[in-house]
Amino acid sequence: MKAKQKAAPPAATKALAPQEKPGWTDIPIGAVVVEAGNGVNYQTGDWRSERPVVDVDKCIHCLFCWVFCPDNAVVLHNEKFKSINYYHCKGCGICSAECPVKVITMVEEAKAQSNANDSGAADGDGNLSPKAVGKGG
Amino acid sequence: MAGNLKQLSHKPERLVSGHRMCAGCAAPVLVKQILYAVDVPVVIANATCCLEVTTSVYPYSNWKCSWIHSAFENTSATIGGVEAAYRAMKKRGEIEEDVRFMAIGGDGGTFDIGLQSLSGALERGHRFVYVCYDNEAYMNTGIQRSSATPLGAWTTTSPVGTAIAGKTRPRKDLTKIVAAHHIPYVAQASPSNWKDLTTKAEKAFNVDGPAFLNVISPCVPGWKYEPELTIKLAKMAVDTCYWPLYEIENGQYKVNYKPKEKKPLVEWLKPQGRFKHLLAPENKHLLDELQSQVDREWEELLKNAGES
Amino acid sequence: MGKLIAATGNQAVAQAMRQIDPHVVAAYPITPQTDVVEEFAAFVADGVVATEFVPVESEHSSMSTVIGASAAGVRAMTATSSQGLALMWEMLYIAAGLRLPIVMPVANRALSAPINIHGDQSDTMGARDSGWIQLYCKNQQEAYDTLIQAIRIAEHDSVRLPVMVCYDGFIVSHSLAGMELLEDDQVKAFIGKHKALHPLLDTKNPVTYGPLALFDYYFEFRRQLVEGMARAANVIEEVAEEYARLSGRYYGRYEKYNMDDAEIGVLVLGSAASTAEVVVDELRAQGVKAGLLRLRSFRPFPKAELARELSHLKALCVLDRADSPGALGGPVGVEVRSALLESAKRPAVINGIFGLGGRDTTVDLITTVYHRLMKIVDTGTVDEPLFYLGVRGGNNNGRELEAAIPQARATR
Repeated sequence: MKAKQKAAPPAATKALAPQEKPGWTDIPIGAVVVEAGNGVNYQTGDWRSERPVVDVDKCIHCLFCWVFCPDNAVVLHNEKFKSINYYHCKGCGICSAECPVKVITMVEEAKAQSNANDSGAADGDGNLSPKAVGKGG
Repeated sequence: MAGNLKQLSHKPERLVSGHRMCAGCAAPVLVKQILYAVDVPVVIANATCCLEVTTSVYPYSNWKCSWIHSAFENTSATIGGVEAAYRAMKKRGEIEEDVRFMAIGGDGGTFDIGLQSLSGALERGHRFVYVCYDNEAYMNTGIQRSSATPLGAWTTTSPVGTAIAGKTRPRKDLTKIVAAHHIPYVAQASPSNWKDLTTKAEKAFNVDGPAFLNVISPCVPGWKYEPELTIKLAKMAVDTCYWPLYEIENGQYKVNYKPKEKKPLVEWLKPQGRFKHLLAPENKHLLDELQSQVDREWEELLKNAGES
Repeated sequence: MGKLIAATGNQAVAQAMRQIDPHVVAAYPITPQTDVVEEFAAFVADGVVATEFVPVESEHSSMSTVIGASAAGVRAMTATSSQGLALMWEMLYIAAGLRLPIVMPVANRALSAPINIHGDQSDTMGARDSGWIQLYCKNQQEAYDTLIQAIRIAEHDSVRLPVMVCYDGFIVSHSLAGMELLEDDQVKAFIGKHKALHPLLDTKNPVTYGPLALFDYYFEFRRQLVEGMARAANVIEEVAEEYARLSGRYYGRYEKYNMDDAEIGVLVLGSAASTAEVVVDELRAQGVKAGLLRLRSFRPFPKAELARELSHLKALCVLDRADSPGALGGPVGVEVRSALLESAKRPAVINGIFGLGGRDTTVDLITTVYHRLMKIVDTGTVDEPLFYLGVRGGNNNGRELEAAIPQARATR
């Protein structure tokens, strides 16, 4: 559970009790969502039973993990692998299966969490992808 | 051209994290690959489907571009309305910028219930890209057969019983049905071959008229396999020629990828629980029929492309 | 003073659409609406409108297309009838639920089976719970005037709901009448520029339309819709008054004819009111205190106003050009009865189903209705709270009515 707490969830993810949710006079009509992309605030990382742990030193930065990730949970920096966004990573294992140099290992979530010092896992832990949050089209 | 992965990594994400597609789903992978191909603003119409319900759970939306869902069978008509509004505004000088339009639906929303709407919009020549993410059954309602479900496949409405073993009819060739509308660009693609897909998406967005992309979309619960195999299964569909990568540009067929060695179909079927029964000796005739369908269609494709 | 012309209801509606010059019109032809689409296509072909005309392959697609266009941020219209409206059903609820101010003329026609092309109001009455404002017109002039008003009502900030402008198939849609058109620039000024709310094409501010709203939010959005509908009541009146200043023609949510001192009255929607007016005139000439109330706005339903206007009657007949098999009566009858329930004083109410499938509803036939009311007043008893006006066969019902006709004629 430590790993999850470390990833400070954005405010909007705080689960609201039914009575705390806005009333009909307080929300835009027609169910229009006016804050495009606010779904990024929804945590899907807690679905995971296994997490990808990347041996960054051996990574060749081919970006296959990035282009095949269904959840945009591979964080890049300057065209290179930077970290895994565990706030969203669902642990499907595609990145590990597609890694041509086999440097992504799927580790049981419980084990990974109890060993917070796991190399590779720590540095990107829980960070929202700046791309996902910041940019849009 | 769309460029390499390093170049693509600078493109904005239009479908952001936090959506509720199953772990390992191919659909968001192909969506992002397609949207990397367009640099101007896009408006998307989404048919009712897995992608739609998992990316727009109020008060959230995972779409950073304008997006509309209205119903299941009418995505093409809906995007046609948006595109008509855009043309009307252009005509009246009310909008300057260049905007592109995309409709997306699953095989249910495209092959079946949405076919009429799709056909109408193609015939009327709206400028839009229709993307079918084909996972070969109605997955959103829990794996029921569609006209895209292959022969012999198990679904909950083509179950494997003692009298009948899975779907009794072959799948519909939608790509060719769409091509018969003589629209400028039609292609079949796979998220495993990302460069092929982004290149096709770029072509599709650039033609001045309707374009259609049929993209295979492996489904973890529907096809019954381990989630990490999604891209491998998409690739295997291509390498067995079950899902050939080809395009029809202004009527000209082109095969975009010919596997060095055409793998036997059984290699693609084997990891999928929905085909498990086809490996039993008593269903060998179904397996053979499926293989011979693939062979026939591949030969026909090569012929159409002038390569046989 | 505008331009006097002779026009069918469909032509009148097409002229209003030409003057509105919507950004997008998507339509599919269906009898008796077809001329609207044809006339409008000709305006497009002649370049007299700047509209993008989308000749869709079905009514489901026409409503879907105008939903897309309206959400994109422009004025969008379609038109239909009967089976076409039925095919749109799913999308009617979605247009209203997304709060899109779409305006749609409907040339009312019976629903199959058996197939029938003539006028009754079964089609739009079935859509009464879809969240659309419904205005029923008496004649060609009113169909034209109402279509123009509907743009203002639909797009009003406090409403933002789609509007159906209903007029009887063939009786209004195809018959020619003298009418007045406003000048093009008068219409343009009256409707003003379309104001989009959260348009999809505002790409700097992207939005999501049509999300999945589950048990935690869906109810709130339905409640909002009800509020928009409630607010439409005043807006309809305001727009009517402003339009009256422009045109000299006023239509509110309902129209009274000799009602204030009436003892017996009929309530009806649409063109049958014109016929009933003739009957009222005849009865008044005979000293019978007969009145008529024509309901124009069925949605929103002016319940308090109707209770006030009808409670002084001794007997009332609600005539429904649609039925609701298995219900207590026709849709209007049931609702009017409910509206009167809270009045301390209220008339005896009967409900007649009439004119289904375009069955001719004559002066004679409506006269029999008033005779029924006179009999109720005389005897103090209601024999038949629900009846079928002018149908043949069955136990006495139709035959009795037919027998009553010569008698009714003799009294004139």
